[in-house]
Amino acid sequence: MVTADVDLVLERYPNASRDSLIPILQDVQQAHGYLSRDAVVRIGAHLRLPASKIYGVATFYNQFRFQPQGVNHVQVCRGTACHVKGSAAILDAIKRELKIDIGQTSRDGQFSLEIVACIGACGLAPVICVNGDFHAGVSTKSVAKIIASYRKASQNDKSENS
Amino acid sequence: MSAPIRNSSDLDRAQAAGEATRHPQRLKVLVGSASCGVAVGAREIESAASSTVQELGLDAVVCRTGCIGFCGREPMLDLVLPGGLRISYGNMTPEKARQLIAGYAKSGDLQPAWALGHFHNEELVSTGEVRTYSEQSVGLKGIPRWSALDFESRQKKVILRNCGLIDPNSLNETIACGTYRGAFRALVQMEPDAVIDAVAESGLRGRGGAAFPTGQKWRLARQAAADRKYVVCNADEGEPGAYMDRTVLESDPHAVLEGMLIGAYAIGATEGFIYVRNEYPLAIEILENAIDEAEKHGLLGENIFGTPWSFHVTVRRGAGAYICGEETALIESLEGHAGEPRNRPPYPVTAGLWGKPTVVNNVKTWASVAPIITRGAAWYAKMGTKRTPGTTIFSLEGCVKNAGLVEVPFGITLRELIYDIGGGIVGDRPLKGLQAGGASRGCIPPSLLDLAIDTEDRDGETIMIGTGGIIALDDRACMVDMARFLVGFFLEESCGKCVPCREGSKQMSHLLGRISEGQGTPADLSLLERLAKTVRSAAFCGMGSMGSNALLTTLTHFREEFETHIRDKKCPAGVCRIGRGR
Repeated sequence: MVTADVDLVLERYPNASRDSLIPILQDVQQAHGYLSRDAVVRIGAHLRLPASKIYGVATFYNQFRFQPQGVNHVQVCRGTACHVKGSAAILDAIKRELKIDIGQTSRDGQFSLEIVACIGACGLAPVICVNGDFHAGVSTKSVAKIIASYRKASQNDKSENS
Repeated sequence: MSAPIRNSSDLDRAQAAGEATRHPQRLKVLVGSASCGVAVGAREIESAASSTVQELGLDAVVCRTGCIGFCGREPMLDLVLPGGLRISYGNMTPEKARQLIAGYAKSGDLQPAWALGHFHNEELVSTGEVRTYSEQSVGLKGIPRWSALDFESRQKKVILRNCGLIDPNSLNETIACGTYRGAFRALVQMEPDAVIDAVAESGLRGRGGAAFPTGQKWRLARQAAADRKYVVCNADEGEPGAYMDRTVLESDPHAVLEGMLIGAYAIGATEGFIYVRNEYPLAIEILENAIDEAEKHGLLGENIFGTPWSFHVTVRRGAGAYICGEETALIESLEGHAGEPRNRPPYPVTAGLWGKPTVVNNVKTWASVAPIITRGAAWYAKMGTKRTPGTTIFSLEGCVKNAGLVEVPFGITLRELIYDIGGGIVGDRPLKGLQAGGASRGCIPPSLLDLAIDTEDRDGETIMIGTGGIIALDDRACMVDMARFLVGFFLEESCGKCVPCREGSKQMSHLLGRISEGQGTPADLSLLERLAKTVRSAAFCGMGSMGSNALLTTLTHFREEFETHIRDKKCPAGVCRIGRGR
């Protein structure tokens, strides 16, 4: 399944050269959620680059992950405007709520947590982003509710599917 | 449908079509739908508005627009009445939207209590045309003019000229505001050198922070002999607290594309790249749509305006590295490498992307170009200061009352920005300092509020606010915590290439941690200072010295607060967790 995903991306980049590396990594991560070892090796074969070079580029950038992310991906903005409005406490509250640290995925695979240097919605600070949806002006209290709503939504999905 | 636009009568036709949707002969409900608006519920407002229109069977349309800049009042909704008068409402909810639309349909009630202001006129900056709308309409009583609001009255919009006035996904609507007239004039009626002369005479400087004269940069690239040249738009807006580039891309993408087209023609480039932060998905979507539309209508691609000239633009997503805002690191990243800065010289204007002459300009710079061509260099040069003509965008954030994006001429003071436009500090608390112009600028005290903003620091006269983010800090902020935060940011973003930045930031962060936890000694403070000075002078690139800059500036202005943390083991602002464990 991994290989199919990766090959599908690579088909869109025939005769690709080095400058397509980052777009390819982005597309593979989008399709598959993270960059697996297999994926990196396949990309290397396609671009005629050793896997070590690809890891060198991929680990330089914050965007790339090497482990699967949770069903719900939580991003906490740690920009200056959010910091001034208490994002450090927000981050602590989320860590406690999810019982995971930055860069980790919860054991049940439901949540992963990431910090972002600045999400660019500074007028609405502090901001968090779950699965691409912004939540503005959050507080240590409101984040617990926000997380509970995503937890509930994915439990409902599960029971519908089973 | 997608007839090519080749001449000015084609532009006129598109303008008429755009005007018809901008000001329809019926009620138009306009929802501010840039990221800030969406974050606080613009989509819910939009569906409430649509269902109200449908349920009541009203002769009305519901449309999206970009961001008008008043972020602190989002979500925003506007009513555009038949005839063109527009009324703007802030802090909307779906329920208020329903009531407003239903009330207006029933009795013409404009709910003055919810309104921020009405637009009695509108200036189309690209053409200079000013339109006035009748204020005779019923029910305007109690609704101030938008142009008279504290937040608006000092502003002068050039870069943000069409933001919040048009649907960013509509090529016709941007053309209705004069977009692509500048490109038409440049490509069809002007020689490349004349275009460069105009940009040079306008005095436009790069808006990315370094403030290099744009005309000079273009001339150097034009003079460089090469078989290929490139133009690049730097939209890797990584500076915490700055989001004006995102707003421009989300609200008026064609302003940037038109600027790049003019620049490409001027230097002789046929290919351009826009490097956008991956954290800006909506901006990327809108930009890609804009490029598609422009290509379909012959405004990008081959034989633009029927001339032999061709220009292709590609969007590249950044992958999350602050350093890629530095132009040579950005070029490295475009080539598919880790974004580590290059040695300069050679500068990108002679050897940039794939070793070819490359002009890299910021979003705001590109968006400033077209009006210079249509209105003339002299018009532009009249705004701003002698050193830096024109306007730029600031974001007012933190503890300021009117949070949002404002565009003003250079030369305005920080006090005017914070107290006149920004309305002062929330709760009328005392202002303790500002974190302004980018993380590397550290924190500055209120004693500098009366300096005029320019692109250089001149003692007692001007202050440089590089990247435009202005975060107001009230008396509840701790400057040791701020310094720790800023140094921590640069530590996180260090690329690891050189020892002073990689290891120095780590040690500075460690020492600041000790001080903020109440374990610092006077010796730590002097060590910190010596270390910061060493890192500043020894780091390989500009970014390497930024963390120490931030620290040294903050320390210079707020030394006493550092000393209190060390001597009394106390955080006066109560932010640092001294004695409370971590």
